[in-house]
Amino acid sequence: MSTETKPDIDIDRSAGDFRYEMDYAYDAGVGLTEATIDYISDVKDDPDWVRAFRKEGYRKFLEKPMPTHWATKDLESIVFENIRYYLSQGQIPKRTWDEVPDDIKKTFERLGIPEQERKFLAGVEAQFDSEAAYSNIKAAVGEQGVIFVGSSEGLKEHPEIFKKWFGKVIPSGDNKFSALNSAVFSGGSFIYVPPGVKVKHPLQAYFRINAQNFGQFERTLIIADEGAELTYMEGCTAPKFETATLHSAVVELVAMKGAKIQYITVQNWSSNVFNLVTKRGIAHEDAEVKWIDCNIGSRLTMKYPGVVMKGKGARGEVVSIALAGDGQHQDTGAKMIHAADNTTSNIISKSISLGTGRSTYRGMVHVPKHLKGCKNNTECDALLINSHSRTDTYPAISVRGQGNAVQHEASVSQISAEQIFYMQQRGLSEAAAMSLAVNGFVNDLVQQFPMEYSVELKRLIDLEMEGSVG
Amino acid sequence: MSAPSSSSLSIRDLHASIGDKPILKGLTLDIPKGEVHAIMGKNGAGKSTLAKIMAGHPDYNVTSGDVLLDGESILGLEPDVRARLGLFLAFQYPMEIPGVTIANFIRAALQARLPEGEELEATDYYAKLYAKMDALSVPRNFTSRSVNEGFSGGEKKRCEILQMAMLEPSYAVLDETDSGLDIDALKIVSAGVNALRGPNIGMLIITHYQRLLDYIVPDKVHVMSEGRIIHSGDKDLALKLESLGYDWVEKEYGESSTKAA
Repeated sequence: MSTETKPDIDIDRSAGDFRYEMDYAYDAGVGLTEATIDYISDVKDDPDWVRAFRKEGYRKFLEKPMPTHWATKDLESIVFENIRYYLSQGQIPKRTWDEVPDDIKKTFERLGIPEQERKFLAGVEAQFDSEAAYSNIKAAVGEQGVIFVGSSEGLKEHPEIFKKWFGKVIPSGDNKFSALNSAVFSGGSFIYVPPGVKVKHPLQAYFRINAQNFGQFERTLIIADEGAELTYMEGCTAPKFETATLHSAVVELVAMKGAKIQYITVQNWSSNVFNLVTKRGIAHEDAEVKWIDCNIGSRLTMKYPGVVMKGKGARGEVVSIALAGDGQHQDTGAKMIHAADNTTSNIISKSISLGTGRSTYRGMVHVPKHLKGCKNNTECDALLINSHSRTDTYPAISVRGQGNAVQHEASVSQISAEQIFYMQQRGLSEAAAMSLAVNGFVNDLVQQFPMEYSVELKRLIDLEMEGSVG
Repeated sequence: MSAPSSSSLSIRDLHASIGDKPILKGLTLDIPKGEVHAIMGKNGAGKSTLAKIMAGHPDYNVTSGDVLLDGESILGLEPDVRARLGLFLAFQYPMEIPGVTIANFIRAALQARLPEGEELEATDYYAKLYAKMDALSVPRNFTSRSVNEGFSGGEKKRCEILQMAMLEPSYAVLDETDSGLDIDALKIVSAGVNALRGPNIGMLIITHYQRLLDYIVPDKVHVMSEGRIIHSGDKDLALKLESLGYDWVEKEYGESSTKAA
């Protein structure tokens, strides 16, 4: 990369660990009160209903308890009063990279975003702290009637579609963090794909945190109308800070009759980011919602992508890879809510725990009594690298009624010393052998990622493994 | 005792143990490049242990003696460093590596031998891989199968020889490569090994039965007992062992008889 000689940045081995000094034009200050919410609403020139929605979210946020009792005490380390809830250099995303301010542009260039856009993407949104700095869709895709804009623009320019679904898949009171997001959301994507339109190439969003003590709260709403198809990918990074940073997104997907949405995440937050995200999709009749979720970074991730199968024949799928390095906790899983006959769900989860890392699978499959012909398959495999690594599995499967089938398999394995010796005998160093075995463990899932992402994923796993053997 | 040749795999008076238990008790052996030697012996004689110790298995401690590769000691080197110096071990029980395809595994092993920044040429690699697979009657769809996972005994052994053919070691130790093979598989594996014989490789074949040596005819045969080589001869020694059994050679040349002599 060309910018590595710049003196004003410090670089670590991981590509995302760098930051530039910024002057923010808009800064909501530290801490969260109603005044903070008014500041955000004023800056963003929110319609009244959005301001009211935020206030309602704030009220619920204060009411809701922390979910610490079922996950981890570490959540209590988040000090909400110390967080900055809104920071931006300007709230209108640019349509060309030339218009993007230099210091933001060079961040995304280092992360390779413009290059990926040219190569294989149908559109890109690049969010820097609270707002998208860049948002563009290829002309040919736009001409098909596909809308791909930021959430602020979506709610203002397309209220007839936006309002119908916003906050409906995930009500603001779903949990404490969805309520927080509802109060202070900024950025994220709004996508609408008209009936029958199949978007060939993926749309991508990239979320970048640059500021310290910051909370990023993007809000994404994707609607695929009848028979439409879409793949959406998101990547995320942040530099390493001394203090905790919060990322708390809400993502809502709506797949109308016969539509297909595939949502791919490669999360590589730095090790001080609390990543507490609520993601859910509704699949109507014969529709399909598939989450492909890869969590490599963060201090604590709590994320359980869900699919509500609302129409007959709907399908839901979650494929997830979690890598918990030293000191990290990846608490991930899936929620499958069957709400119509002949609906099918599939969960495949693979986790790797390194050093003192801990990975948790938390799953929920719900099939009510009155339904027929529903199927669920759940597989979760855990790989432990060191003796003090940890994994837990908490599957909650409630299947009632006749004629529904459910299948659950779980395994825990370790890479044996004999396997490592065998690979070393072929000339691979211990770290390379370990990397190869870990990549092998997740290989069948990695193949479901688009090629560019699977290469990146392999590189990230190699980096994580480098420091893990002594 | 002859001085180790600079072009040989040389084991000098090697003593080794696992925990407190001595396994090798002064083993000396010299395998010059271009020759094929066989080690025979009863179960428990320490044959497989010798192979693992040469390869650097972490469970064993070398207490004295040396192992020299082309005149340089390899003791104290990591197993992967020994491998990259040219030592190959065909395992008696090859390990399964789930999710890692044979093609990727061998490729990673070859890549590990290249200087940093140099990339293996994919087209050449696959051309070579397919040629070697054809020669060993390994079906081409094996490239996308995970290393040894769900393989039959014969498939595992063929896969070991395939790796040896691709990595082109200067010394190869074949540990009980014949175990678990039916006669057809034995012929294929032996043909594969014979095809690799030549002036640039020294081989040590560890076997319990002389059957393998009908197909891979060794230049020398050594008999191992209680952690030492007690007797050496030409290929006829293997036949003699087959008819007279190990008791004969142990009585003649074993611990008690050497002391007497």
